[in-house]
Amino acid sequence: MFKDPFDPKTLLGRRPCSCGGNHAQRDHDRLSAAAVPAGEEDRWNRVVDAAVLRAVFPVDAQRRQFLKTVGAATAMAAISSVLPLGAAREAFAQGGAPEKKDLKVGFIPITCATPIIMAHPMGFYSKQGLNVEVVKTAGWAVIRDKSLAKEYDASHMLSPMPIAISLGVGSNPVPWTMPAIENINGQAITLANKHKDKRNPKDWKGFRFAVPFDYSMHNYLLRYYVAEHGLDPDKDISIRSVPPPEMVANLRADNIDGYLGPDPFNQRAVFDGIGFIHLLTKELWDGHPCCAFTVSKEFATQNPNSYRALLKSIIDATAYAHKQENRKEIAKAIAPANYLNQPETVLEQILTGTYADGLGGVKKDPERIDFDPFPWNQFAIWIMTQMKRWGQLKADVDYAKVASEVYLATDTASMMKEMGLTPPDPSKKTIVVMGKPFDASKPDDYVNSFAIKRT
Amino acid sequence: MKASLGMRAGLLSVLIFAVIVGIWHVATLPTAASGPAVDPEYAKLVGAAAATGSKSAMPTPADIGATIWKHLADPFYVRGSNDKGIGIQLAYSLGRVLLGFGLAALFAIPLGFLIGMSPLVYRALDPFIQILKPVSPLAWMPLALYTIKDSAISSIFVIFICSVWPMLINTAFGVGSVRKEWLNVARTLEVGPFRTAFKVILPAAAPTIMTGMRISVGIAWLVIVAAEMLVGGTGIGYFVWNEWNNLSIANIVTAILLIGLVGLLLDQGLAYLARLVTYPE
Repeated sequence: MFKDPFDPKTLLGRRPCSCGGNHAQRDHDRLSAAAVPAGEEDRWNRVVDAAVLRAVFPVDAQRRQFLKTVGAATAMAAISSVLPLGAAREAFAQGGAPEKKDLKVGFIPITCATPIIMAHPMGFYSKQGLNVEVVKTAGWAVIRDKSLAKEYDASHMLSPMPIAISLGVGSNPVPWTMPAIENINGQAITLANKHKDKRNPKDWKGFRFAVPFDYSMHNYLLRYYVAEHGLDPDKDISIRSVPPPEMVANLRADNIDGYLGPDPFNQRAVFDGIGFIHLLTKELWDGHPCCAFTVSKEFATQNPNSYRALLKSIIDATAYAHKQENRKEIAKAIAPANYLNQPETVLEQILTGTYADGLGGVKKDPERIDFDPFPWNQFAIWIMTQMKRWGQLKADVDYAKVASEVYLATDTASMMKEMGLTPPDPSKKTIVVMGKPFDASKPDDYVNSFAIKRT
Repeated sequence: MKASLGMRAGLLSVLIFAVIVGIWHVATLPTAASGPAVDPEYAKLVGAAAATGSKSAMPTPADIGATIWKHLADPFYVRGSNDKGIGIQLAYSLGRVLLGFGLAALFAIPLGFLIGMSPLVYRALDPFIQILKPVSPLAWMPLALYTIKDSAISSIFVIFICSVWPMLINTAFGVGSVRKEWLNVARTLEVGPFRTAFKVILPAAAPTIMTGMRISVGIAWLVIVAAEMLVGGTGIGYFVWNEWNNLSIANIVTAILLIGLVGLLLDQGLAYLARLVTYPE
């Protein structure tokens, strides 16, 4: 995608590899990644140039011949005199004018929403010509109802929610889409300090746990974890859904023994001396999805340009947040009362992964939370197997169809290509949860393979 | 002698306040004896209390005072759509309450009038009113959000539905219990039905109606905090919720004091109006 089209050695067609070597193009790109322009604008320009050159020389061999003969600079000048490359670049960067410029995006004040939130103070929305108001919302049920009522144009949701809404589980069925994941990993199991000696889940009989919502990765991961240790999550422990901000207060008041919740509330419990971090969800499933950026299908089809601009800002922000070196700056940007309303040091510990564990130790895990927008369909299928496993989803379901309708991997991939990022191969995703591999092509077998289930 | 009673009551109030603050101050004094020393690197990452092995404590009265002063010094700032000054938040809440309460009054007083004039309708509607009256605002909220599909209107609807009942019942009761002699006198003098309603029944029932309004406005003010905590966005209820996120007890106490103060002013305002319409029998 970032190949210099004015380089005669570059192939713009789709052949094994531009250098003629006997390896895949992907490997070649990785090997020659240094040649990729660094700035986003350069990357975009490169994409536009490639498109124009491809139009001028439909046959790749001719272009290469031409470039070899006259040199890149001359070629560029020659083409610019005929075709206004600058204008084409600009038009591309802007896309079509958004149909709706003033948008409302709802979020829950947790670090999962980092890209959605930081895009406001750090200008990722305004860069796409959008005037976005990010609205703090009290809980998942409220954000769902406000989104269904079209008060929000787009919203931060838990990754299982768009599936549940589309299937009509827990609400009326409304076609909902999820063009981008926000974060992967980034959750933790926090236990009250009095349970310091009960680190084995087998000792947790009778514990009261909180999760943010019934349709959340938190719920599925906690159930999975205790079930793997032989506890039935519906009989041996109790799980209630509590809005994330209220979890620390409930833990302090001894209303619950622990929670599998989103940050900053795990780290916040440590900060206030109330609980300790038992484990990071990364230790259960490294790379699991958590929160998502979602829009209704209706909004996406009625406002295609606004939708594209919004998605671009989110992918852009997510890519920025993915870089470790930007994390401290982000923590500072999202700490004020207008956004997360948390002490900066708490956010910094979460985002940089150097954190106090609540037991007197300092741990380092840079992968504690990561940001990766790609909505793998395999994630959706895994989520549906768990909905099935715990009886939330009674009817039979066409896993692959629902997954591809809700998790818009193709949209995201084409958008990433346009922006000069490399999308991953959608079929290649291995999911391993607590050592057990998941085969997305056999979801029913997976559900049946568990000893503790509600089917 | 009366003035000195007021004076003594005032003195007693001050004394009670001083005792409460004193107990609070002593109870929240930082404990000198700290727990086991922790790694300084660890201590930097956690709050001051957690660094000494304890939970973060209640703020002291001095902390609260400083917080109140901070809010009162700059009540109208706007730092983004989710962070506005406490004065602005109170104004949002008051606006919602007055709108919901006003609509409820416009609905309840005429209807209560009609109900009160007919004992049959009064008894027929009574079971519905009695069942709907004690329902909590939070129970109405999901229903309102689901059917109205607009959170701003939903919160006003919730205030409306919770504050309508006392006014309705009191109006009906006041109208129903106007002295028979007065109505008979009006009839003897051949006063028309409208004139009777406005010149005889309304003034006679006014004190009872005002009492109903006074109860209602109190309820509306109770409801708004709960409704805003649920719906979020703006208002003093949202402010409390937002500070709860941050476990900032000092800010929450500030909000509690201000909510109480505004509630008192609303109540006193209606009490003053009620005094205007009372009559000696």
